[in-house]
Amino acid sequence: MDTNEHEHVIEVTDLRRVYGGGFEAVRGITFSVARAEVFALLGTNGAGKTSTVELLEGLARPSGGRVRVLGHDPYADRAVVRPRTGVMLQEGGLPSELTVAETARMWAGCVSGARPTREALALVGLGQRAGVRVKQLSGGERRRLDLALALLGRPEVLFLDEPTTGLDAEGRRDTWELVRALRDGGTTVLLTTHYLEEADDLADRLAILHRGCVAATGTPAEVTAAQPSRISFELPEGYFVGDLPPLGALGVFDHEVEGRVVRLRTRELQRAAAGVLGWAERAGVELRRLDVRSASLEEAFLGIARDATSAAEKEYAA
Amino acid sequence: MSIAVGRVRALARAELTLFGRSKGTIVVALFVPLVLPFSARTAVEDMDLGDAGLNVGLVLLPGAVGFSLLFAVYSALVGVFVGRREELVLKRLRTGELRDREILAGAALPAVCTGLIQSLLLAVGCAVLLDLPAPQAPQLAVIGLLLGLLMCAALAALTASFTRTVESAQVTGMPLLLISMVGSGITVPLELVPDRVAIWLELLPLSPVITLVRGGWSGELSVYETIGPVLTALAWTAFAVFAVRRWFRWEPRR
Repeated sequence: MDTNEHEHVIEVTDLRRVYGGGFEAVRGITFSVARAEVFALLGTNGAGKTSTVELLEGLARPSGGRVRVLGHDPYADRAVVRPRTGVMLQEGGLPSELTVAETARMWAGCVSGARPTREALALVGLGQRAGVRVKQLSGGERRRLDLALALLGRPEVLFLDEPTTGLDAEGRRDTWELVRALRDGGTTVLLTTHYLEEADDLADRLAILHRGCVAATGTPAEVTAAQPSRISFELPEGYFVGDLPPLGALGVFDHEVEGRVVRLRTRELQRAAAGVLGWAERAGVELRRLDVRSASLEEAFLGIARDATSAAEKEYAA
Repeated sequence: MSIAVGRVRALARAELTLFGRSKGTIVVALFVPLVLPFSARTAVEDMDLGDAGLNVGLVLLPGAVGFSLLFAVYSALVGVFVGRREELVLKRLRTGELRDREILAGAALPAVCTGLIQSLLLAVGCAVLLDLPAPQAPQLAVIGLLLGLLMCAALAALTASFTRTVESAQVTGMPLLLISMVGSGITVPLELVPDRVAIWLELLPLSPVITLVRGGWSGELSVYETIGPVLTALAWTAFAVFAVRRWFRWEPRR
């Protein structure tokens, strides 16, 4: 197979997408996804996630830049690429009057080397719902049916656009398990999500999109590592920030006080936390509402959105 | 690799199931073409047909085929194409191996088959009930019917290109329905229309179909007179296919 030579199953280079009205939804993004990797595209609504994924799926031709999926242009070479990819759109696309089994049978007739529909439905836990009309399914069940269709052709590359939106906690965990199992079986998965924990938990690597650009990319740990950790607590009665040990010496590079709540930002969480707790111990006070947390993807995400917004504001002011 | 025929068949099968579950579509597609020709019978009997070499059967039979094409194929398919687009089914289908033309063909197949079977039944029914002799040139009627089915499916896709919702499909489909019923010889044979008007009406999409079906029974079309209608129908079909490739929308407007 020619694709074994391609270390990168998905390659995106300086990709652009401009809509008819002139709106530039994707503004020059670059990333790549390796075989058997789960890659997450994160971003707020309107960040360009779906616009990007549609280009990878070959639904539209890019306005600029290049997409390669399994070494081919997914738009021009769709006959080569499509039999090897599975797609789950963000919403809809299932005739509401068909039953689950009829929908699966229709789709199975349209893909190469389809799994038995029963097997695909069982994979997503819809085996018992085969006779139910799509319009009677819950939102979560519809998402799972959509996933089952994407899996029917045993795809090498799976595109999942917000696969767990509308699912309850259990359904979400089941989907995660399934995605991991597929990955372990060699499937490459590109998913979009606006659940940060989902990306953190599931993705081998991720890119955070903001206004059509890649704001950060790497493993969840790498993206988070650039972010500071936080300590916050309520100052005991009669104490002031100045009463704390010198913050710089504890590795704290930034602090803010809001009412009696102190928030410290540090890249050396253990040292800073030990310093603060040791001080409280010595002073014999209790730090109420104490919260010590290492950098999270959420922090990174909010930080990026904040930075980008303020940068844009500066640009606007200038 | 999945085969194109298999993909179209899978899609058509699902579409047929959906057709069976849509009561409104069934009524329009199956009963309207059955009822209309017979409600037109009295009006046709009052027409001055003898001078034009026609009789009631030669007017009602092609008319019935015309009604079938308009309601069972054209109207039904405008609704199907727009409905599937609104439900994002077309977009979903396009993520897979199906080619665009396979998607349209699969969605159209049940309605086209309905139109075919219905036209054949109507033709037999009219011939028996109205005492028509066997068709003199059946191949012309068959050619006319097949061209009509193809053209109506293509025109339905074209109409769907300019239709936003299933509700507005009732309106956007109306012009072709009305023009065809009045001007294509479905209710009033073109032989009864003054020549200077008729030469233009002959160019309407459904006129060649009616002419060919009628000619198939009467056997009064020369080869030369056959070529005109065939080319007219092909031209409309080619135009519709070109326009669909250019303007068909696969996703709802946002």
